[in-house]
Amino acid sequence: MLTALSLTLAGLVMLAVLPLLALGRGWPVGAVVHGGSLLAAAIFAGCGLAALLGGAPAPQALMPGSWAPMLLALDGLSAWFLLLLGLAGACSALFALSHYGRAPARVLSAYPLFLAGMALTLLAADGFTLLLGFEGMSLASWALVAADHEQAENRRAARLYLIFAVASGICLVPAIGLLAAGGEITFAAMREAPPEGWRAAAVLALVVAGAGAKAGLVPLHAWLPLAHPAAPSHVSALMSGAMTKVAIYVLARLLLDVTGPAQPIWWGVPLLVLGAASAVLGALRANLEEDSKTLLACSTIENVGLIAIGLGLACAFRAADLGALAALAAGAAALHALNHALFKSLLFLGLGEVLHGAASRRLDRLGGLIHAMPWTAAAVLVGAGAAASLPPLSGFAGEWLLLQALLAAWRVGDLAFQVLAVGVAAMAALAAALAAAAMVRLFGMAFLGRPRTPRAAGAADGPWPARLALLLPAGLTVVFGLLPGPMLSLAEGALQALVRQDVTERATIAAIRVGDGAGAYMPIGIALLLAVLGAAIVFLVKRRAPSGVARSPAWDCGFIAPPQHLPFGDPITQPSAAGLGQPLRRMLGNPVLAVHEGVTMPPPGDPSPARIEAGFADPSDRLLLAPLARLRDAVVVRTERLRDLTLAQCLMLPFGTLVALLALIAWLEAR
Amino acid sequence: MTFGTPAYDIAHLLGGGVLLLSFVLLYQRRIDAVINAFAVQGALLAAAAAWQGYIQGAAGLYVTAVIAVVAKAVLIPLALRHVLGRFGLQRAVEPALGVGPSLLAAVALVGLSVLVVLPITAGQAQALTREDLALALSVVLLGMLMMITRRNAISQVIGLMSLENGLILGAVAVTGMPLVVELSTAALVLMVAVVGGVVVFQIRGRLETLDTSFLHRARGEEPPA
Repeated sequence: MLTALSLTLAGLVMLAVLPLLALGRGWPVGAVVHGGSLLAAAIFAGCGLAALLGGAPAPQALMPGSWAPMLLALDGLSAWFLLLLGLAGACSALFALSHYGRAPARVLSAYPLFLAGMALTLLAADGFTLLLGFEGMSLASWALVAADHEQAENRRAARLYLIFAVASGICLVPAIGLLAAGGEITFAAMREAPPEGWRAAAVLALVVAGAGAKAGLVPLHAWLPLAHPAAPSHVSALMSGAMTKVAIYVLARLLLDVTGPAQPIWWGVPLLVLGAASAVLGALRANLEEDSKTLLACSTIENVGLIAIGLGLACAFRAADLGALAALAAGAAALHALNHALFKSLLFLGLGEVLHGAASRRLDRLGGLIHAMPWTAAAVLVGAGAAASLPPLSGFAGEWLLLQALLAAWRVGDLAFQVLAVGVAAMAALAAALAAAAMVRLFGMAFLGRPRTPRAAGAADGPWPARLALLLPAGLTVVFGLLPGPMLSLAEGALQALVRQDVTERATIAAIRVGDGAGAYMPIGIALLLAVLGAAIVFLVKRRAPSGVARSPAWDCGFIAPPQHLPFGDPITQPSAAGLGQPLRRMLGNPVLAVHEGVTMPPPGDPSPARIEAGFADPSDRLLLAPLARLRDAVVVRTERLRDLTLAQCLMLPFGTLVALLALIAWLEAR
Repeated sequence: MTFGTPAYDIAHLLGGGVLLLSFVLLYQRRIDAVINAFAVQGALLAAAAAWQGYIQGAAGLYVTAVIAVVAKAVLIPLALRHVLGRFGLQRAVEPALGVGPSLLAAVALVGLSVLVVLPITAGQAQALTREDLALALSVVLLGMLMMITRRNAISQVIGLMSLENGLILGAVAVTGMPLVVELSTAALVLMVAVVGGVVVFQIRGRLETLDTSFLHRARGEEPPA
C-alpha cells in the first residue's frame, strides 16, 4: 500500500512538471492535471480507508537508496487524516476540473504539489520527511494564494501568508531537533525518549506556535481571513478543509503521540486556552465579515479552535488517567476534523460556484440565489446546517461529544483545571451559537431575499462535474451525520495512537453513549423524528391550504416602485450584511474587536446624504502584527548600517563568524 | 597507515607544503612573488592529489592532479601575469594589515583548526585523513585571511583561489569522495577565476586602480568623492 502511495506522490510531482512543459503549446493541461489530482485524491482516500479497516502496513522508505532515511508509515492517525485529505481533495479537484481548466501554469503546477506535500506530511514516519512535506505544502499553497497577483490586496495576503509559513517552519525545525535529541529522527525512536523538563516545555511552545500558525489558532490566525479570499475557490476549499487539518495532525502527532503518554496535565492547557480563544474570536468575526469567503475563513478559525480544545482536553484526561474520557475528547476532535473538512470544502466550493455565477463574493451583491442556483443552494444549505451544528447533520456529532467531554472535565482533580474547563465550556457553547448565527446570516444574505444586483439575478448552476463536487460532500455530510458511531469505530486506530484507548463499546450504529449510559445521541432516531414532524407539518399545511397557488409580487413594505436602473428593487430596501451583523457587533464586539461606529452628518444646507461608518479591527493586528512590523523596521535600520562597511569589513564579517563558530566547537570539544 | 610509513610521511609532507605556501603567500611584498608562490602551491596540491591517488588506488584523483597542474600551476598564474603586464600595474602589495600581525593571526588560525578537527575526528577516521583535514582547514582559513588583509584586487583573487586549494586538499584526503565532487569543485575554480578576472577588469576599467579600498567610495548612495 505504501508503494502505491509513494508512486502516487511521484505521479503528482510529475503532474506538476507537465504545465511547465506545455507552456505556450495550447495542450489541454488543466484537464490532465486536475483529473490526475482527482485520481490521486481517490487513491489517498481509498488507502486511508483500507488502512483504517485492515490495519497499518509496515513502515517503508520513500525512495530506496535515497541519501536520507525518509520513512513512510500509515498508522491509524495518518490513515484517518489521509482519508480526510482524499475526500476534500477529490471534491476540490472535481470542482477545478469544470471551472479552472484554463488556469495559468503557475496555478496548475502548484496544485498537485500542494496535494503531494500534504500527503507526504501525513505519511511521514520521521521528522525530516514531516518537515519536507510540511514546507512543500506551505510553499505550494503560497504560490496558489499568490495566483491572482495583479491585485495589491492579494499580493499583501500572499506576503503575509509566506511570512506565517516561514515562521511556522522556523518553529517546527527546532522542535523536531529537540525531540530528536538522541540523534534519531524517526518517530519510533522519539517515542522511546520523550522530552522532559525545559525541553518538553520548549517543544510544547514551538509546536503550538509552528503548527498552530498553520492551523490558524488565535494569536497566529491573521493570514487566514486574507489568504482564503485571495486563493481560487478550489484552493481555498483545500486549504481550509485539508491544510488546517494537516496542521492539526502535526499538532496531534507531535504533542500527543511522539512525546509519549507520560506528560503532565498542563500539557493540554495551551491547546485548551488557544482553542477557546480561536473558537470565540473566529465565530464572532464570522458574524461581522461582509465577504463570503472571509466569513468562511473565520468560521474555519472557530472550528479549528474546537478541534484544538478536543486535543487539549484529551491530553489532560490522559494525564489524569481518565482513559475513557480522553478517548471521548480525542474522538470528538477526530470526528470534527473529518466533518469540518467536508462541510467546509462544500461551503467554499458552493460559494465559489456563486462567485462564478453571480460574479461577486460580497454578500451585499448577492441575494435570491435559491431560485437561480437551486442545486448550489441545496448543497450550501446542507453545509451551512452542518456548520451551524444542527442535529442530524455531521457538525453536531463532534461538537456534542466535545461539550460532553468538557462537561465531564470536573473529574480531573485539579481545581485550577476545573475552573479553566468551565470557562472553556462556556466559550465553546458561545462559539457554537455564534457560528449558527453566522451561518444563518450567510445563507440568508446569499440565497434568500431578492437579488441585489442584476448579475445575481442572472446566475446559473455550474456544469455537472461542479454540481457533483458539491453533491458529493453534501451527501457525505448527511451520511456522516447519521452515522457518527460507525465513524468513531473507524477512527479507533487514530484514537489508539492519540490516547491508547478507544470508544468502540460506546459507539454503535444507532447511538453514541457517554458517561454511564445517561447521555446518548441517537442521530438516526432524531432524523426520523424530524422527518415525521416535517411530513406532518407539510401534510397539515397542504390540507389547510386552498387549492391552486397564485403567485404575485412580494410586498415591498409599501415602498415606491423601484427605479428604472434597479429592476430588482433597490438593494437598500433589503437588510445589508453589516446591518445583520450590527446587534452582535454592538453587544460582543467591543472588548475584543475594538468596534467603532460613527455617523457623519452633512452640514446644514448640504443635500448630500448622512453616512454611517462602522468597522472593527482584529486584535492580532494591533497586538501582534504591528509590534512585529515595528521590530522589523528597527532591525532593518540597524542592518542598513552594514551597507556602509568597507570591502575588507564585509569580508571580515563572515570570516569572524566562521572563526567564532570554530572556536565554539573547539571549546565544546575541550569540555 | 600510521606515522612512520612512507605513504603517511609523504602525504603529510605534501599537505604541510601546501600550508607552508599559504604562509609564504601572506608575507610577500611584491605581486610577482605572490603569483609565483601561488603557482608553487598549485603544483604541490597536484602532487598531493596524485600521491593520494596512488596510495588510495583511486584513478579519479589523477584527473584532479592533472587539472590542478594545468589550471593552478600554469594557466591561472600565466593569466595573472598577463594582466599585470598589460596594465603595467604597480607591483607592490599594499597590505591592510602588516606582515607581522597577519603571520601571528595565521599561526593562531592554524592552532584553532587543529584544535577543532583533531578532537572531532578522534577515533572515526585514519590518522592521515585527520591530519589532512586539519591542514586543509588551515589553508582555507589562511586564504580567507589573505583576502581580508590585502587591498589589491589581484591579491584578493589569489586569496580566494588559495582558499579553494584548501577545499581540494580536504576533498582528496578523504577516502571514497566521488569523482563528481572533485570535478564540480574544479569547475567551480574555473568559474571563480573567470569571475575574479572580470571583476578585476571592471574595477580597473572604472577606477583606474586595483586598490579595492577605493570601492567603498563608489557605491552609488553617497555622492562620489
